[in-house]
Amino acid sequence: MTRTRALALLGVLVAWAAVSYGNRALGVMAPALLPTPGEVAAVFADTVSDGSLPRHVGTSLARVGVGFGLAALGALALGLLAALCVPVRLMLEPVIELVRPIPPLAFLPMFLVWFGLGEGSKVAFIGYTTFFPMFVAIAAAVLRVDVTLLRAAASLGAGHVDLIRRVIVPAALPGIIVALRLGFALALFVIVGAEFMGADAGLGHLIMEGRTFFLPAQIVMGALVLGLLGSIVNASLLAAERRLFRWREQTI
Amino acid sequence: MIHVRGLSRTFVAAGRETPALLDVDVDIAEHEFVCLLGPSGCGKSTLLNIVAGFLRPSAGEVLVDGRAVTGPGADRGVVFQEYVLFPWLTVTGNVEFGLRLKGAGGAERRAIVARYLELVGLAAHAEKYPVQLSGGMKQRVAIARALANSPEIILMDEPFGALDAQTREVLQDELSRIQRVEHKTVLFVTHSIREAVYLADRVVVMTSAPGRIKQVFTLKLPELRDRFAPEFTQYESEITRVVKEEVAKVHE
Repeated sequence: MTRTRALALLGVLVAWAAVSYGNRALGVMAPALLPTPGEVAAVFADTVSDGSLPRHVGTSLARVGVGFGLAALGALALGLLAALCVPVRLMLEPVIELVRPIPPLAFLPMFLVWFGLGEGSKVAFIGYTTFFPMFVAIAAAVLRVDVTLLRAAASLGAGHVDLIRRVIVPAALPGIIVALRLGFALALFVIVGAEFMGADAGLGHLIMEGRTFFLPAQIVMGALVLGLLGSIVNASLLAAERRLFRWREQTI
Repeated sequence: MIHVRGLSRTFVAAGRETPALLDVDVDIAEHEFVCLLGPSGCGKSTLLNIVAGFLRPSAGEVLVDGRAVTGPGADRGVVFQEYVLFPWLTVTGNVEFGLRLKGAGGAERRAIVARYLELVGLAAHAEKYPVQLSGGMKQRVAIARALANSPEIILMDEPFGALDAQTREVLQDELSRIQRVEHKTVLFVTHSIREAVYLADRVVVMTSAPGRIKQVFTLKLPELRDRFAPEFTQYESEITRVVKEEVAKVHE
């Protein structure tokens, strides 16, 4: 399993090397347009040693963390409320259905107008983008909780608060964690867009700088770092899920 | 002591009213084991759900020790057909659920859980999760969970309906043994006549929908019953004849 995966990744790397070095040897297109693994690795080493890459990664992750964190708290609170309280649900549903299909990037300029060029606009944009899908998924997870579980708990003496704390939250938790995982992936997705406009740090800015100064290797390196970050976060969240939800597995 | 007084319940589906229960009166004495028997759809589960407080009656009322039932409560333990264990809790966690709600201390909880797991023969499986248990074991956990909360009344809604015939008889034996120790007031819904004659002090036969009380049989049988005794089979055939009249009406 791990060996197959390693082989697949190695295959991609070999293919990339073959195409880029081949291009260099045969002169199909200008070498600068197709950076080689060696060039990208060199940019990586340089930006790590001068401290700029860690700084960009740190800036982007801080924005993602705050924006996603605020959106997650809001989505949890409102998702629970909407699922448990029918009038709230009826009121929120049409609003959400209207706003949700608008591509978030369409509103990015508005966030710059409202929150300026600093951290505020990036954090708010990530929060706005990730809130809706997380809210919808969390409310759906709570609504899926089996009503007989609530009946069983109520017959054992559970009141409203007990039902939420001891039944609804644990029963909906797998769905909630999936919603958070998707929200986090989405946050990494849109941070680049947010940093394309009016940012002086962050991975999106690093990529945009690569465009401005025509450094394709820097663009590719920035993209690969984003991919790596996403995979690491996703893998650790999946591992945490497996630990947390051992009760779903047949054999423990 | 349970008094069911003039109980009716009508369901509304697609604008049409369907009466499920019509003017039902039943009294269940303390420590009495009453089986509700009748053809499918006769409203016997509806009656149990109203006594449990899961459903509101359309007319009439249920009194438990003189007080009207307005919702589910710890005084009436419920065992469901489809087990309804909390899948994220171990066997121990499930059995002590009600005790935790009451704020019982750790030592007390451990003692009570140990006692009831012993009673249902699951002491060796205390740390397993429901997903690791067979249907019969799950239902034993559900029975232990209801008993550990020490309610006066236990309501059982076709608890052995999803089990295979052999497991079913084993659990009937166990329930009969447990009742000889615990002396609960039990309302037990089933469509198995044999099961009713094996377990009940009194068998209440209901008519086909809308459900009314058709006939009540007070069983004059020893506490420990023999499924092959002539008195047993005589009750069985007598009740079968009465139930068959109602089943025939359903097919007319």
